[in-house]
Amino acid sequence: MSEYNFAYLDEQTKRMIRRAILKGLAIPGYQVPFASREMPMPYGWGTGGVQVSAAVMTPDDRFKVIDQGADDTTNAVSIRTFFERTAGVATTTTTSDATVIQTRHRIPEEPLSEGQILVYQVPIPEPLRFLEPRESETRKMHSLEEYGLMHVKLYEDISRHGHIATSYDYPVKVEGRYVMDPSPIPKFDNPKLGNVAAIQLFGAGREQRIYALPPYTQVVSLDFEDHPFEASKPDHPCVMCGAENSYLDEVITDDTGGRMFVCSDTDFCEARQAAGHIGTMNGKDAA
Amino acid sequence: MTPLLSVQGITKLYGHHIGCKDVGFDLYPGEVMGIVGESGSGKSTLLNCMAGHLTPDAGAVVFDTRTDGPRDTVTMSEPERRMLLRTDWAFVHQHARDGLRMGVSAGGNVGERLMAVGERHYGDIRAKATDWLGRVEIDATRVDDRPATFSGGMQQRLQIARNLVTGPRLVFMDEPTGGLDVSVQARLLDLLRGLVRDMGLSAIIVTHDLAVVRLLADRLMVMKDGHVVEAGLTDQVLDDPQHAYSQLLVSSVLQV
Ligand SMILES: Nc1ncnc2c1ncn2[C@@H]1O[C@H](COP(=O)(O)OP(=O)(O)O)[C@@H](O)[C@H]1O
Ligand SMILES: [Mg+2]
Ligand SMILES: [Zn+2]
Repeated sequence: MSEYNFAYLDEQTKRMIRRAILKGLAIPGYQVPFASREMPMPYGWGTGGVQVSAAVMTPDDRFKVIDQGADDTTNAVSIRTFFERTAGVATTTTTSDATVIQTRHRIPEEPLSEGQILVYQVPIPEPLRFLEPRESETRKMHSLEEYGLMHVKLYEDISRHGHIATSYDYPVKVEGRYVMDPSPIPKFDNPKLGNVAAIQLFGAGREQRIYALPPYTQVVSLDFEDHPFEASKPDHPCVMCGAENSYLDEVITDDTGGRMFVCSDTDFCEARQAAGHIGTMNGKDAA
Repeated sequence: MTPLLSVQGITKLYGHHIGCKDVGFDLYPGEVMGIVGESGSGKSTLLNCMAGHLTPDAGAVVFDTRTDGPRDTVTMSEPERRMLLRTDWAFVHQHARDGLRMGVSAGGNVGERLMAVGERHYGDIRAKATDWLGRVEIDATRVDDRPATFSGGMQQRLQIARNLVTGPRLVFMDEPTGGLDVSVQARLLDLLRGLVRDMGLSAIIVTHDLAVVRLLADRLMVMKDGHVVEAGLTDQVLDDPQHAYSQLLVSSVLQV
């Protein structure tokens, strides 16, 4: 640990990243360019999120990492270990105990509170990329608020599938101004982006962009009047904790098509079970 | 009457080479201006200067805006100019690929301008797109197909529908029939004539094909080496050209 500066990055780099974060907080939803550093892990492993976490982390923080809702995937464990080693910070899997939460593909079910920071790992920060590959042009579209293309994307979705089939990466408009890619969270999580007590920071390492949502920001999912946004999820309760309103992973149980639905947010599910909520499958297991 | 567009002293240089030099004319509402000349005479350069794609080195392009009356579009802010480009102005490219989104369905292509100006009702957008496909003689069943599956003539008609759906007040066209088979050209020309007449379109059409201007243009400018050498009513210029170059141009076409 002594061979590194606190949280791996040198102070100069952290200051540069903090400036980008502050600018992002000052202009919610705006993509701030930053000079992304090589990290001792491949892109796609959340190097953007890791740099943002490193820049906001203090020795007193308690750090949590979630990957698709779970704390125990290889990716989550390796990032958690990285900060244990380089920053010596305490880690936790309990959402409410954490002060900094780095996440890939999910927002915790439990509402976040003031003083918490949620750091998203972002692969592609540009919501207009799908239809307009030229960076110079997308930058202009943002600055002039030319967002018709976003609706073309949703139009195509409806014309092909009969409804808006986009279920991840669902675009939002921030404070009536910038259209933002919320990273590949399920659209079920979109309502949890807005009016949140915590600070939300988004880091894209390969694409060298940081953007942010300060607490209590208005975030609206794009839609059509006759095809309103719906935060859909599989229509089942969790078989482990019985939760009716949490986002569920579909788990294949055998090779004859058997499947069950379990909370994607592991901490949420375990806390509910500990509090005595029992799902259908759980009872059988215990017996 | 206030001209819809007043072009004044437009000059565009490429280094020391003249793109177009000191071109001016007025276009009145409902008028179609044709610009003819051989390849390299400066037609596209002029058109792109007028349409805001190129910044001229000198001159003004004064457009009678809906809200503020005549405004020089060369000096107006970029956001204002881009707003014009997707509302009151339309641009039909010679190559349909340059004016279409090839990865988006025909309906999405036509609907884009509607969504760009804030339409948010899917059913309405789709109905308008389908209606416009009909107007340019594309079967409604193709509404969800991508333009890559269309013939060249269909792509060009789709590009026209995409441009006209928001009822622009001024349409720029650069060789709209260029690169198409002769029989396809004739059909497209017919269609364009119908649209110009029915919608009372104001348009500026660049072409090297005199048949196009004969059919569509009220007035004509003949360009050579970046300069306008002759201008007048279309029939007058074509039937009784005054400038030696115009005479050559007309006679060479008559031989074809
Ligand atoms: N981007 C450019 N750079 C340099 N010269 C150009 C460029 N575009 C056009 N030109 C020159 O300007 C003249 C007018 O070209 P253009 O406007 O394309 O004519 P037209 O459309 O009548 O064929 C030609 O001599 C052409 O070679
Ligand atoms: Mg040309
Ligand atoms: Zn559960």
